[in-house]
Amino acid sequence: MNLLSDPVGVSHYLIVGAILFTTGIVCMVVKRNALGVLMGIELVLNGANVNFVAFGSPVLRGEQASILGLDGQLMALFVILLAAAEAAVALAITLNFYNNHATVDVDRADDLKG
Amino acid sequence: MSSSVAQLLPVLAAAEGGLNWHGFFFLLFALLACCLAVAVVLADNVVRMAFYLVLSLGATAGLFFLAGAEFVGAMQLMIYVGGTLVLLIFGVMLTAQEPFVSIKTPVRDKVLAGLVGGALLAVLIQAALSGPAWSGSAAEGGGGVALAAGQPSATPLGMALVGIRVDGDVASGEKSPEDGQVRSGYLLPFEIVSVHLLVVLVGAAYLARSKRRKSSGGQGADLSTGGMR
Amino acid sequence: MAEYLIQTVGLPGWLTWSLLAVLSAVLILNLMAGGALVFIWAERKVSARIQDRLGPTRTGGSFGWLQSLADGIKLLAKEDLMPEGADGMLFRVAPYVSFCASFAAFIGLPFAFDMVGLRLNVGVFYVVAVLGLEVFGVILAGYASASKWSLFGAMREAAQVVSYEVPLGMCIVVPVMLAGTMDLVTIAEKQAGWFTNWYLFHDPFTFVVFWVYVTCAVASVNRAPFDLAEAESELVAGFHTEYSGLRWSFFFMAEYSSMFLVSGLAAVLFLGGWNGPVPIATLLGLSDGTGESTGAIVRLLGLANLLGKATLGVLIMMWIRWTLPRLRIDQVMTTCLKYCTPIAAVMFAGAMTWLWVFPGGVLNLDDGSRRPGEIREGWLEGPGGRSTAVSDAPVDDAPALAEIAEVSK
Repeated sequence: MNLLSDPVGVSHYLIVGAILFTTGIVCMVVKRNALGVLMGIELVLNGANVNFVAFGSPVLRGEQASILGLDGQLMALFVILLAAAEAAVALAITLNFYNNHATVDVDRADDLKG
Repeated sequence: MSSSVAQLLPVLAAAEGGLNWHGFFFLLFALLACCLAVAVVLADNVVRMAFYLVLSLGATAGLFFLAGAEFVGAMQLMIYVGGTLVLLIFGVMLTAQEPFVSIKTPVRDKVLAGLVGGALLAVLIQAALSGPAWSGSAAEGGGGVALAAGQPSATPLGMALVGIRVDGDVASGEKSPEDGQVRSGYLLPFEIVSVHLLVVLVGAAYLARSKRRKSSGGQGADLSTGGMR
Repeated sequence: MAEYLIQTVGLPGWLTWSLLAVLSAVLILNLMAGGALVFIWAERKVSARIQDRLGPTRTGGSFGWLQSLADGIKLLAKEDLMPEGADGMLFRVAPYVSFCASFAAFIGLPFAFDMVGLRLNVGVFYVVAVLGLEVFGVILAGYASASKWSLFGAMREAAQVVSYEVPLGMCIVVPVMLAGTMDLVTIAEKQAGWFTNWYLFHDPFTFVVFWVYVTCAVASVNRAPFDLAEAESELVAGFHTEYSGLRWSFFFMAEYSSMFLVSGLAAVLFLGGWNGPVPIATLLGLSDGTGESTGAIVRLLGLANLLGKATLGVLIMMWIRWTLPRLRIDQVMTTCLKYCTPIAAVMFAGAMTWLWVFPGGVLNLDDGSRRPGEIREGWLEGPGGRSTAVSDAPVDDAPALAEIAEVSK
């Protein structure tokens, strides 16, 4: 198939989701700032959300969407909620880390190294 | 104008030869989301990273609107903006001092991560293109953006969250008119998530409270609860 | 209108949609810019009268009509300064973030029946979500200015707005629950008729909720007595200390248009939207009261109604600003967390109970006619025969029953 000639379909959304997912993974791996790692996680979850919404979208899939029904959108909702909860806890941990180590550089979190 | 654009990018061409706004907006939001996500990786300053992240998430909300998932899109705007706002505030609070504004990563690590990421991306894109049923679209290629074309999405979603599936309900034995399936509602996950949020609220407030000075514990707790909602 | 252009004039579909989109955008943009000009002039006059002064009297006639225009020209001519330690990109972009957020929120606000930029199924949720983005520009401005005053202002604003979104959301849920939909057009339609149908007068709980909403709305758009972000007696000018010229005025345009927006939202949610206190159009026979078959005159009347209510809201905000002293930041947070949030929660539960005890309402002067919104959402059987196969559930029962009927559709 040719992406640029076909009308917008699920594949297009999957590619966007893939790019977001990959950048999120790279962000998690590369950043030394704890907040940067958090942002990577948000991007990964967001990429997954794009896939969920695309698979469940009646606009994109037409009749085929009835296989999933509303499940795609509901999953995306739960992912957003849990991502927010995760961000809150992770930020609290980061704050604690900062209080103890006076930095947010994750490479400095090596207290348990033998 | 429109024909030249259509020749350049056929995805924009509508059936009747005009400009396909659905394709146009998809392209706009997709490019925004992807480029800003890449910018998050490339930026060093933590506040700029947060700024790019918020814009990228906003563009993704636009994609959700285009896919007919209005409620999810609005939810994304509301919660992610709240959440990322808090992220930004913490970023400023923790790292606004000069040595932390940008913590550099060695170039070697960046190259390695880029290689691995590229390989992962190639695999994912290959997978995305491999499903023949995933190409093509039900969106009409005509004039309007197929935004209002979908059914009202908020009410069925809300009903599903309280346990009644409009598209085939397992509890009442109703079958979906389209495919004759029954589906289960989401009442239990919904309740679990609400309890989970409460636990997170308490836990985050507990973790974030200051252990050095007793009086200044309130602020961090307030901010972190505001982000979750 | 789209059908008219396509069928009668014969324009191709995509061109029609583009034209209509540009038309709506230009209208909204002009409403924002023009509205800001008028409101700034009004603010000067109102504040002057409250303080026993005259206010602008010379520019453009004896009432100083053109004062804001003169101010605008002055701002255009000012030098565009940027502090040395500022983060250039973020500093430049921050005013536009604020402005775009409040502009985008206008897309979902209905001005009269069918006069809405984009009719969304989740209208009120969208408007509130996008309006919450405005604070983002303020925080960016505060951070990027590299100034202590600005950073303090931004931090205060962040804490304040994020906290106030909680009671604000609870207040907004009450009319949404009464209407059974988040579509702003339907919410306003369901309050058609005499002013007793307004959700403000639906029951005692909604009456209280309205005032909590007003408090939270004033706080969420950073107006005095909640304007901690720009408290000029403590923080010079808060987050916009370092801004000058046109960028500075963008912040102000955003502020005034979000004031207008929250007032318009209050009008739609609690004050009947474009339905006047007295259904003049229905009494005169111009409309059949359902809002569906309205002519241009009725729509203009509705537009005037909504703009009037929203302007009244803005004027009340000015009145509050110039008569009340500013709160301290701890008092602001106390108001939100200890008063507004519990009151809103209790009122929410109360309104829910009221709906359960008196499903038809107490002051129900309505003749029980079916509102078009209910028909369109598929709860009731439509006159045009959109067969919704409503079972034997009574018409005026709680929406949930009709929802279940929709399940069997």
